[in-house]
Amino acid sequence: MTNPYSFKDFWTQAKQNRLAYYYILPAFIIMGMVVIYPFVYNIILSFSNMSLSRFKDWQLVGFRQYVRVFSDPVFYVVLGKTIIWTVINLTFHVVLGVGLALILNNPLRGRAIFRTLLVLPWAVPQYITALTWRGMFNYRYGAVNLWLLKLSPVLEKIQSFMHSLFGVHMGMPPYEWLSSPTGAFTAAIITNIWLGFPFMMIVALGGLQAIPHDLYEAADIDGASRWQKFWQITYPLIKPVMIPAVTLGVIWTFNNFNVIWLVSNGGNPADSTHILVSYVYKAVFTHYRYAYSAALSIVIFLILLTFGINFIRKTQATESAY
Amino acid sequence: MAKQVQLGKNPRWLTAVYYIIIIFFTLFAVYPILRVITISLRPGDMLHTTSLAIIPENWTLRNYIDLFTQQDFLLWMRNSALVSLFTTLLGVGLASTAGYGFSRYHFTGRKAGMITLLTTQMFPLTMLLLPLFVMLVKLHIYDTLIGLVIAYSATALPFTIWQMKGYYDTIPDSLEEAARIDGCNEFMAFYKIIFPLAAPALVITALFSFMTAWSEYLVAAVLISDQHLFTLPLGLKQFQSNFDTQWGLYAAGALVVSIPVMALFLALSRWLVSGLTLGSVKG
Repeated sequence: MTNPYSFKDFWTQAKQNRLAYYYILPAFIIMGMVVIYPFVYNIILSFSNMSLSRFKDWQLVGFRQYVRVFSDPVFYVVLGKTIIWTVINLTFHVVLGVGLALILNNPLRGRAIFRTLLVLPWAVPQYITALTWRGMFNYRYGAVNLWLLKLSPVLEKIQSFMHSLFGVHMGMPPYEWLSSPTGAFTAAIITNIWLGFPFMMIVALGGLQAIPHDLYEAADIDGASRWQKFWQITYPLIKPVMIPAVTLGVIWTFNNFNVIWLVSNGGNPADSTHILVSYVYKAVFTHYRYAYSAALSIVIFLILLTFGINFIRKTQATESAY
Repeated sequence: MAKQVQLGKNPRWLTAVYYIIIIFFTLFAVYPILRVITISLRPGDMLHTTSLAIIPENWTLRNYIDLFTQQDFLLWMRNSALVSLFTTLLGVGLASTAGYGFSRYHFTGRKAGMITLLTTQMFPLTMLLLPLFVMLVKLHIYDTLIGLVIAYSATALPFTIWQMKGYYDTIPDSLEEAARIDGCNEFMAFYKIIFPLAAPALVITALFSFMTAWSEYLVAAVLISDQHLFTLPLGLKQFQSNFDTQWGLYAAGALVVSIPVMALFLALSRWLVSGLTLGSVKG
């Protein structure tokens, strides 16, 4: 074995593998320009005091921006919203995705057609999804309120039932989807649920189809119930497939700028509809708080990195278990 | 055997419940798309209506005609097509070589390189935008389509490199050895033998790069300000301005833009997922 820390050994292997470096170099030059250089630049900015008024003559000021990030109460509100956003979305994505995959895994007539139609939301470009749903949530002409108005007799009954049971009152349609803070946030979540469940469904279907059939046959002979078969066979065997998908899902959802920004048209009403990434975007391109945003970006990245490292550890643990 | 085991046989009521659930969610999945079709077919005097009919009264293709004749739609389409085409060419070139390097050579920095690629997936895009913007201004390619092509190639690369590497891993080394014996040098063995064999993975890489560039909004919004350089996402967003949303034009445009991508996507979805899960599990 060569010692990777010895300069001489490095050169020997570099000469042997010269061609390998040629192969990967072009890709890493582009990656370096667009991803790695901006990342390093961003780290430096986060320790500086750069802003619109100090665009050229900025200097390093240590951890001041980080202190600002953590002492700003708005940060915790937006962080909380981001977590709620991620958890609600992922819960729906996984429950709907796995549930529908379990159903589609049965011998149903027209299975292939249902499968294709259910994948459609994933195929639509994300910005079109967001802009289209924004239109559907329009107060007067949007399809959502129009349908809810049609269904209002039924809704009324559900409402009075819920009211007598839990004492909650939702109010009747038409709802102020885009002009109230909760409405806009809910609208963005519904949009994101729509576009995200097909991915989980396809991954789960792949996992289900890979489970050997004789396991179920053996369970049938042993007289296992449907419930037992699910928890003893299906669940442990699709878990290793779902964990990477869920992790990717968390990262994508946590960083999903398009939906929240385009549905709420830039965080409206009154900047109440933000998750961390859209909040950073606003801080950079509307308020020109460059150094502060850089620090906030690093904080977001570190949150995701911690999460990602945990995930890699976990999958390695599951890989060795099987 | 005392009891006949019948596989995959569900009780009737359960099958009925399955159908109800699956039909409900299929409607949920398809309805917004139907709604866009409806709106795109509406005549100009019916844009503010509370009708829920799928085929509108007096339906017309006027919006589609206007889209191509009265608007800059063709210009946006040309810009998007150019950007997507060059992103694809660059993306395929870079991912096919880098993936090969990672697959075949055990050089120092190999693991670090692969992990770096994976880590970049956790970067919030908004973090890279300002430095990228500053850099492109310095290089004098801010507000050009070239700047956009470079940015998009890099966004697609981590996924496509992992994907290509995974595919090369399934091609046995013995093929290159045989080629070497027949007198090919190392590079020729790659270029003449392995590269053509990787065609399926190359197709996925190409289509993934194309779709990334065709459907991206945020980076374009930051890097492009000249109206003549608008790509489709920027153009369509413009139809939805705050005060006067041109719903008919927007809907027609959204359909024209989405249908090719949706067709490609449906054909590909299975392979995209296998690449994703493979790539991330091996990390």
